[in-house]
Amino acid sequence: MPELTPSQTVGPYLRLGLDWGPAGPAVVPEGTPGAVRITGILYDGEGTPITDGLVETWQADPEGRFPHPEGGGSDFRGFGRSCTDDEGRWEVRTLLPGALPGEAPHLDVSVFARGLLDRVVTRVYLPDHPANATDPVLALVPAERRGTLVAERVGEAEYRFDIRLQGEAETVFLDV
Amino acid sequence: MTSAPRQRESRYVRPRDTHPPLDSPEYRSTGLRHPTRAPIVVPQRLTEVTGPLLTGPIGPSDHDLTRQHAGEPQGQRIIVTGRVLDSDGRPVPDTLVEVWQANAAGRYAHRSDDWAAPLDPNFSGGGRVLTNALGEYSFTTIKPGAYPWGNHPNAWRPAHIHFSLFGRAFTQRLITQMYFPADPLFAFDPIYNSAPEGARERMVSTFDMEATQPAWALAYRWDIVLRGRDQTPFEEPHA
Ligand SMILES: [Fe+3]
Repeated sequence: MPELTPSQTVGPYLRLGLDWGPAGPAVVPEGTPGAVRITGILYDGEGTPITDGLVETWQADPEGRFPHPEGGGSDFRGFGRSCTDDEGRWEVRTLLPGALPGEAPHLDVSVFARGLLDRVVTRVYLPDHPANATDPVLALVPAERRGTLVAERVGEAEYRFDIRLQGEAETVFLDV
Repeated sequence: MTSAPRQRESRYVRPRDTHPPLDSPEYRSTGLRHPTRAPIVVPQRLTEVTGPLLTGPIGPSDHDLTRQHAGEPQGQRIIVTGRVLDSDGRPVPDTLVEVWQANAAGRYAHRSDDWAAPLDPNFSGGGRVLTNALGEYSFTTIKPGAYPWGNHPNAWRPAHIHFSLFGRAFTQRLITQMYFPADPLFAFDPIYNSAPEGARERMVSTFDMEATQPAWALAYRWDIVLRGRDQTPFEEPHA
């Protein structure tokens, strides 16, 4: 059987291959009813914003379906990609995911950067969602660190989700 | 009360002895960027066993990095081909492969690459292709040069092409680098050597005489293997 190919860093010049311009963060087109912006800063262990990173999101549509044969099918793209900017900021424009069987609504997140030899994975959960209390993934996270996986609502249609790769308030990362 | 073990939707094998440790001190930039706590192992559920099945964005000259400008880039023209497979040997069809690289002199067409090697006005260094029904991909480019970096005194990266792959599930996502055979810089490169011994060799392409084009281009072959499905049935925990 063939053996797995190792991961390597994206290096500092990732934009040359991975920058889709405005199409990257556009999980849904501008002006889509119900669209929200999810944005945040990617930080290193000293709290310095990371300007050569990449954040990708993957999620269900508002009905809990994925554009994939094993996920019920959907016209929704489900995928967002954002190179971090000169302030370390990433963002996607999307629709809020629906609940899944036995799981609270969430987005899966991959983070890549210079200095990261493999991606790290985390999840964005929605603040104050009743299903968070019984979510099986959140239940595996020590209570005092759970907050790093929950976005903050900062406007009518805007959520904030900072990612800290290292340090005191290090984001919880998941081995999937 | 027990229930019969059953296969839920696909699950994907967890890699062992394959990926570099995130804390790899020889590669200095990992210092402030590796998480210090172990990741929490979570079961693969719908979000992880599905993934984006993208077929774009792909432009008409994305598969040929030598034809993206009015003139021909400097350097040795090469064809890079291979297959994308999963670790149970199945081809991964119709999956997006994105590549980026330095020019023949080892310089990236990127505003923050300030190495004193010439930029090539006819080379941008980014490309995209989809695998076909057999999981095969092919693109044309020029052989990238080695380049110096600031990691340690007299540090040089072996020539490489960056590759990004999706597969068919979130768990299969992979970003890696393809190297060229017998590069004398391997022994000195902390990024290449961050992958475990026995695994790092899988990132080295082979020279492929059969795929060369007479009086036109040399050729290299590189297969990429993503996480395959785990066939072991497992017991659903009782509610
Ligand atoms: Fe590079």
